[in-house]
This record gives sequence, C-alpha cells and structure tokens, in this order.
Amino acid sequence: MKIRHLVPLLLFLALAVLLAFGLSHERSALPSPLIDRPLPDFRLAGVEAGKDKGGGGGEFVPAQMRGEVWLLNVWASWCVSCRAEHSVLIGLGRQLPVVGLNYKEVRGDGNLDARGLTPEMELSLARQRASAWLAAHGGSPFRATALDLDGRVGIDLGVYGVPESFLIDRAGRVRYKHTGPLTAQAVQQELLPRIEALQHEQK
Amino acid sequence: MIVEFGHFALVLAAVMALVQAVAPLVGAARASYGLMVLARPAALAQFGCVVIAWGCLTDAFVRADFSVRLVANSAHSTTPLIYRITGVWGSHEGALLLWVLSLAAWTLAVCLGSRRLPLVFAARVIGVLGAVSTGFLVFMLATSNPFVRLLPAAGEGRDLNPLLQDPGMIIHPPLLYMGYVGFAVAFAFAIAALLGGRLDAAWARWARPWTTLAWVFLTAGIVLGSGWSYYELGWGGWWFWDPVENASFMPWLVGTALIHSLAVTEKRGAFRGWTVLLAIGAFSLSLLGTFLVRSGVVSSVHAFAADPARGSFILVLLVLVIGASLLLYAWRAPRLGGGGHFGLLSRETTLLGNNVLLLVVAASVLLGTLYPLALDALDLGKISVGPPYFEAVFVPLMAPVVVLMVVGPLLRWKGEAVRALRRFVPGAVMALVLGALGVLGVSRAAAVGWPGWRTALGLGLAAWVAVGCVQLLWERIKPPRVSLPPAAWWGMWLAHFGVGLFIVGATLVGSLQSSLDLRMRPGESADFAGYAVRLVQVDERSGPNYDALAATLDISRAGRPVAVLHPEKRFYRTIGMPMTEAAIDVGLFRDLYAALGEQLPGGDWIVSLHDKPFISWIWAGCAMMILGGLLAVVDRRYRRGGRRR
Amino acid sequence: MNKSDAFLETFRALLLAALLLSSPLSLAGEGQPAPVPASVLEARVSELAHKLRCLVCENQSIAESNAPLAADLRERVREQFQAGKSEQEVIAWLSGRYGDYVLYDPPFKPITLLLWAGPALLLILGASGLLMCLRRRQHEQLAQAPLSEADRARARALLQTPEPE
Repeated sequence: MKIRHLVPLLLFLALAVLLAFGLSHERSALPSPLIDRPLPDFRLAGVEAGKDKGGGGGEFVPAQMRGEVWLLNVWASWCVSCRAEHSVLIGLGRQLPVVGLNYKEVRGDGNLDARGLTPEMELSLARQRASAWLAAHGGSPFRATALDLDGRVGIDLGVYGVPESFLIDRAGRVRYKHTGPLTAQAVQQELLPRIEALQHEQK
Repeated sequence: MIVEFGHFALVLAAVMALVQAVAPLVGAARASYGLMVLARPAALAQFGCVVIAWGCLTDAFVRADFSVRLVANSAHSTTPLIYRITGVWGSHEGALLLWVLSLAAWTLAVCLGSRRLPLVFAARVIGVLGAVSTGFLVFMLATSNPFVRLLPAAGEGRDLNPLLQDPGMIIHPPLLYMGYVGFAVAFAFAIAALLGGRLDAAWARWARPWTTLAWVFLTAGIVLGSGWSYYELGWGGWWFWDPVENASFMPWLVGTALIHSLAVTEKRGAFRGWTVLLAIGAFSLSLLGTFLVRSGVVSSVHAFAADPARGSFILVLLVLVIGASLLLYAWRAPRLGGGGHFGLLSRETTLLGNNVLLLVVAASVLLGTLYPLALDALDLGKISVGPPYFEAVFVPLMAPVVVLMVVGPLLRWKGEAVRALRRFVPGAVMALVLGALGVLGVSRAAAVGWPGWRTALGLGLAAWVAVGCVQLLWERIKPPRVSLPPAAWWGMWLAHFGVGLFIVGATLVGSLQSSLDLRMRPGESADFAGYAVRLVQVDERSGPNYDALAATLDISRAGRPVAVLHPEKRFYRTIGMPMTEAAIDVGLFRDLYAALGEQLPGGDWIVSLHDKPFISWIWAGCAMMILGGLLAVVDRRYRRGGRRR
Repeated sequence: MNKSDAFLETFRALLLAALLLSSPLSLAGEGQPAPVPASVLEARVSELAHKLRCLVCENQSIAESNAPLAADLRERVREQFQAGKSEQEVIAWLSGRYGDYVLYDPPFKPITLLLWAGPALLLILGASGLLMCLRRRQHEQLAQAPLSEADRARARALLQTPEPE
C-alpha cells in the first residue's frame, strides 16, 4: 500500500488519542489570572458578631493583613457546599488567619426578593444572616468577615462560584486559588505545603 | 411486564444484528450462498425487534409508568401526551434508541431497495450495517439501557425539560438522526466496494440516491434545529457554533463533498478512492458527533449529561469502526484504480476543488471545536472558541466554494481551453455591480459608512450565485435545446440557487438586525425599527403543566396595524423552571420578534424586541436545498426500470 | 424606518438608476436621523456581551444568559463603556480577572497560534495537495503511449467495415 493512503488512518489515530486524553482528564476549574499578582484592593463593611477582631462592625481592607500569610474565603449562607467546608475552615483557622468574604448574602439567595430593600436594610439583613449562620454552624473561623453585598468585589477577584479560597502572602500577592469547597485532602495536599513555604518567605 | 419485554426485544435485536453482521460478511468472503442469504431476514428481524423495543418504551412513557427510571426522569403525569411520546428521545438512552431505530429503518430500506444488486455486494452492505447496529445495541445494553427500573417506583415524574416541550422536538431529532445514520449507508457501500476490491460507475449510481437522501435528511434536521432555537430560546439567534451544532455541521460539509464526488465517479469514473474516503469520513464524523454529545468532553447546552464511562465505550467503538475502515482503505484503495482523465479547466477540477475546500472548512470547524479541549487536556490553560472565531474563519473559506459552485456547472466535463473563462466575465461584472448596490443599500439602511468586508463579500457572492444560476438556466434551456432538463438537473439548480438565497439572508440579517430592551407599563407605547409597539396588557393563563404570563403587544406602522404578538413567560410547575416563549411576526422581508422579560418593582415589564430583516431567506434557501436534493433523488434514472442515460 | 424596507428601497432605487444609466447615484439628501446616544451604548454593550462567555452556564454568552453572574457582568461592562473605555480595554479588564476563558474571541497569543493559523495552513495544504494531484494526472495522461501506426490502421479498417446483414 502507498504511504499516502495511510495518512487518513494516522490522522484519525492522533485524534483518537486526543479524545482519550480529553475523556480521562477531569474538567478543571478556571485558572486564576491573579496568581502571583497583588490582591485587588477593596473596602467593605464587616460583620459584627462572631470572633471579629477587626473592629466590630467596622470596615475591612486587605492591607490590614499585610505582613501575614492569610486565606481569603468566599462564602455565603445560601451556599450548600459551604456547610461542608466550614469545619475544615475552623481547623485551618488555627494554622493561619482566615478572612471571610461574604458574597451577595441577600441578593444571591434565590428565595429572597431583594428588590425592595434600601442599602441600609440590605446591610443589616446581611449582617444578621451571616452572623446567625456562623453561630449556628459551630462558630466563626474568620478573623474578620467582609460583606460583598452586590458582588462587585467578587468580580474583581474573578469569583464565579461559591465557595472559593485565595491564599495570600505577606506582601499581599495572591499565590494560590482553590475553587470549590475545601476538603481535608485538599488542605493536606495543596494548602499546607504552600502555607508553610510562604510563612518561611521573607516579605 | 411490557418493559421487560422491551428489554428482551432489545437483546434479541442485538443478537439479530450480530447475525446480520457476521453471516453475510463471512458468506461473501467464502462465496457461501447459504450464509449470504441470511442477510435480509436477519435485518428484517432486527428491525422488528427494535420497533418492538421502541414501542414498549413509548408505551411506558404514554402510561407514565414511573417505575421506569427514564420515564420518571423525563415525564410528569401532567405532561401533554405528544411530549410524553417525543420525550422518549429527550434523554441519552432514548435518543440512542432513536439512533438504533433509524439505523434499522435505513437497513430495511436498503434490503428492500437492493434486490437488483449482486448478492455478494448487497450481502456486504447489509453486513456492514449490521456491524454498526451491533456496536450500538451492545453499547445500549451495556451502558445505556432505557428499560432500567426504578424501585421503589417514583410517585411522580420530573417532567421533560420545558425547552423540549415544543413541536420542534417532534421533528428535529428524528430528521437529524435519519441524516446522521443515513450516511452509514454510503459508508456500507464504500466498505463493500473496498472488500470486493472493485468500484465502478455502477457502484456510484447505486450509492448516489441513498447518499443524497441522507444529505437531505441531515440538512432538514440541521435547519429545523436552527429554526427551533431561533423561536424557542428567546434572543433571536439562529446559529451559535456550539460544539453540538458543529458536530452536526461537519458531517454535513463532508456529506456535501461526498454527493459531489459521487457525481464525478458516476459520470466519469474518476475520484474513486477519494469518494470512498469521503464516504468513510462523513459517517466517521457522524460517529464523532455522537461521541462529542454524550461523553462530556465539550461544554454545550445541547449535550446530554456527561458520563465518561459511556464516552469511553463510544470512543472504543469509534476507534474500531473508523480505524478498521481506514486500514481497509489504506490496504485496498490502490486497487480501485483511477478513472477518466480530465484537463485543468474542467468540471472535474472544480468539483475536486469543491471537495478539498469543504474538507478544509470541516477540518477548521473541528480545529475550533476541539482546540479548548486539547489545551485543557495538556494543562496549557483554558480558552473559549466561539462565534467570533468561527465566523472569521468560515466566511473566507467558504467564499471560493461558492465561486466554484457557479463555475463548475458552466464548465464542460473533460476539459476546455482557457478562453472558456471568458464566459464568466459578464456574470462577474454584473455580480460586482449588484454586490456594490447591495453594499450601498446596507450602508444606507444601517446608517453606517462601510458595512464591513463580511457583508460586502456575502452580498457579492450572493449576486454571483444569482447571476450564475440565471446564466446556467439560460444555457441549458435556450434553443436549439428541445427537451427540458431531467429532475436531477433541476435538483442541482434549485439547491445551488438555495445557497444563494441563504447567503443573502445570513448576510443581511447579520448586518441589518437590531434589538431593543424596553421598560413598558401596560398601555404604554414605544418606537422600534420604524414600528410603534404598544403593550396592551399582561394576562395570566394556564397550560396543562405550566402557568404563564402572556403579554399582548400591538404593532403598528404609520397608524396601520401590522401584527398582534403574544410573548409569554411560562413557569413549569413541576420542574420549577421559568421559560420564555417568544412571539414572532414572520414576514418575507423581516421578522419582528418579541420576548417578555421580568416584571420590575413598580409594574414595568421588560420587553425585548428584535428586528430581523431577511431572516426568512435563510429558511427559504435551506428549503430549496432540501427540495433540490429530493428532486435529485427521484430522478428517473435511479428508479427501477429507468433507462440508462 | 424599518431596516429591511430601507435596504430594499435603496436597492431598488439604485438598481433602477443603474439600469437606466441616467442620474448618478446620489447618496446626498435626507439620511437616517442621528442615533440617540443611549441606544448606542446599549448596542455596544450588547455587541460585546455576545462575545463574552457566561462562566456558570453551559456555553452561552452573557447576552443570552439569565444567570445572576451574567447580569452582574453586563452591568460592569455597561459601566466601563459609560466611563469611556474602549472595547479592547473592557476585554482586557475582564480577562485580567477571569482569564481568556471568558472571551469567545480567542486572543492572539503563542498558545492560540495553531488555532488562528490552522485554517490558513489547512487551506495551503489542501491547495498544494490539489495541485500535486492535478499535475500527477497531467503527467499520467502525457505518459500514456500514443496510438501506434499499426493500431491506427486497424482502427481505421474496423471503422470502415460495412455492417453485417
């Protein structure tokens, strides 16, 4: 047989290999373009209740955490997988400071009609719901909790689902992003080694 | 009981398919009449069993038997009867059964229509079809059994996805699958020819009507799918270059190349190896499409639920079927022999050019569809490849195809001198002028300066097709010709003219369409695209399994009423999904499209209006292509007793 | 006026003018009224929204999707345009946060080189394959031995043989 008649078969086999690769490869999460870049700045109102050492109902800015290695956890009370993640976060909270970013607490809840609320009403409702949820689920793992009521900060961070977690170094740069709930295994394999390395890093 | 009987019928069908595959192929290899003669009865038996299985499943749906898992997942007691029947193919398992049923139906047709073929050849064709059937039936029984019971039975079902509870669901999947599967016949013909080591013009004459008919079904299936998304999805788009849509478009492109290549093989005996390769290619792309839709490797609204296990099975099936065919091709193709010689400027050359270009287009679509998958699989990041890419690539690549489409029929077979090109000059000039006028018209209507090179190219090509078709018609029927051209010629002419209509529609709707989101209170009026739109009222109404808010929109122009539209927002009670039901005023030169959005606090409604100029020309063009194909299929020379021309 | 009618009217008028070869094509005179700025903004938002991917949907643009994130992103895009940003800047802003995945129009980067160059390469490949194939056929044709004199004489004799009764 002539070589050129084998070309279609060879091309097809290459395609089959690609498809086999595609099948075996799990659909990965979206890689974050923020890795190794500074965490975008923001200023948000905080939650009052819980172990909030950030000044009670005051505001949170990421610069507060400069000099520390910390985790920013995006969550909401209407998020089902966040419940599973909660105990892991509490454990993790003993290794490094964790800051909660509450994402669209009122607007994101499909069962709530938020359209008639004033900004003040929305803020107080969000504070109420967030603190209640934290209290009901074994306490707050967060040193501070910022309330992203309209999701704008979330967009600046590239958040597209809840929960997500960002590992930030002493200089305020994002070094790792975990999409989806944190599991004990993920903490063990992905987070702890990185945390250790970052904590040994100079600023 | 009936459910188990259906399951049994499916198992029996698989056994029959195996017999249908093995006996004739072995018989042909050993010249055993006894084995070969088993082909048709086995095929008939397989068809019967598949029909019974399908009947049993449909019965379970009609009775809303929620002890069957598939029924519990895809139907509710309040689902209207017609959507319970068509809901059979709303899920992966049911759609596979439809696939298998289509294949059995085509096989039956081939059995009945192949009486005059030499037994060895017919046996091989039916045998190959049997092998494909076996593969799919085993796949179903192993991984996608539609008759799986749900114990304990569900008290109530989950209802069919509201998007599928629509007349489009009744015709789009069956037609589409008849098209996909129809290329299996051409494939079987090709394999039979390779196995026999012989291929001649007679082979092409047998294969042509089957292939053209499959092409017609696929065209109809794709167009109906496109039209369905147009009116169903609520934002007036008609093609998204979604991976699943591409999965149906690629076999169509190669199928088009195939029917043109068959023309050359029939008339001139040339392109034999090429035609066989195209036949294998078209069906391979059908199989690839089946894989893409069900394996979860691509992200699409049309895809069935991802299941890597099923994906692996189909991939193995793909590798076996296509790999074996291409190996056979590599081994036997040199033996097929060449065909007639032809000059550089000849119809054969343009057809070869058409084939190469269509393959390049299909390969480019494949590249764009699989590129994100490739990058992700190699951990090189995630990107998206969407309409901007495909449009940028498709239009320039198709342009030469359209040019050749006009040139080809006007050139003679075998070859002509270079001065024959002169006959295209007047047409080219006229097309340029008409195209320029079109561009000026768009420029004026859309209030832009230069409407973009894509619009200019589209209009120029459409003008080229229009002028070329008129010229072709004139050349063919002008005196001293006495007789009218045969049906097949009219079919070709209609299909090519349809392409021109399609290009006009697609180009103009792209450059002239506009849309507006309005906030309106009942009683208010607004202006849009030269029309006055008044929201009269919004009523509540109910359907069998949904509650709806139906708006009444009065459309008028210069005081004269034009249309009354009733867009709806439906809430399907069982599934809890809201759905938009758009309202369209269809016109020859424009569609007015209205969709109802949500109600804002304060009583305002969001109303989406779209002006779609010339979109009907897209459907009309495709309808002409379908009609043209049908005319070609019924041409006298393919019918029994038809005289050789 | 309605766009398709405007198109047809213009097309007919110009066609007539061209056929009659009379008065020159005139684009002067009453044209379309200037578009209102608000609808221009919406048109820009809509056009870009069709090229941006909804990240929580199965292959839909943010123009088509009902998801809350899609609505939020549309709003941010609108704000950016209102602030005077160009389309390129808005695209950079979004891909800086979500990566290239959010863009349906894949950017020109080393990683997408094969994607964008691919069709052109395929075309060149196809065209050269076609040319080689045609040239090979020409050579085969020329290589075919012409009719020998003896064969030619035989053919002539056969053609002149009268039909048997």
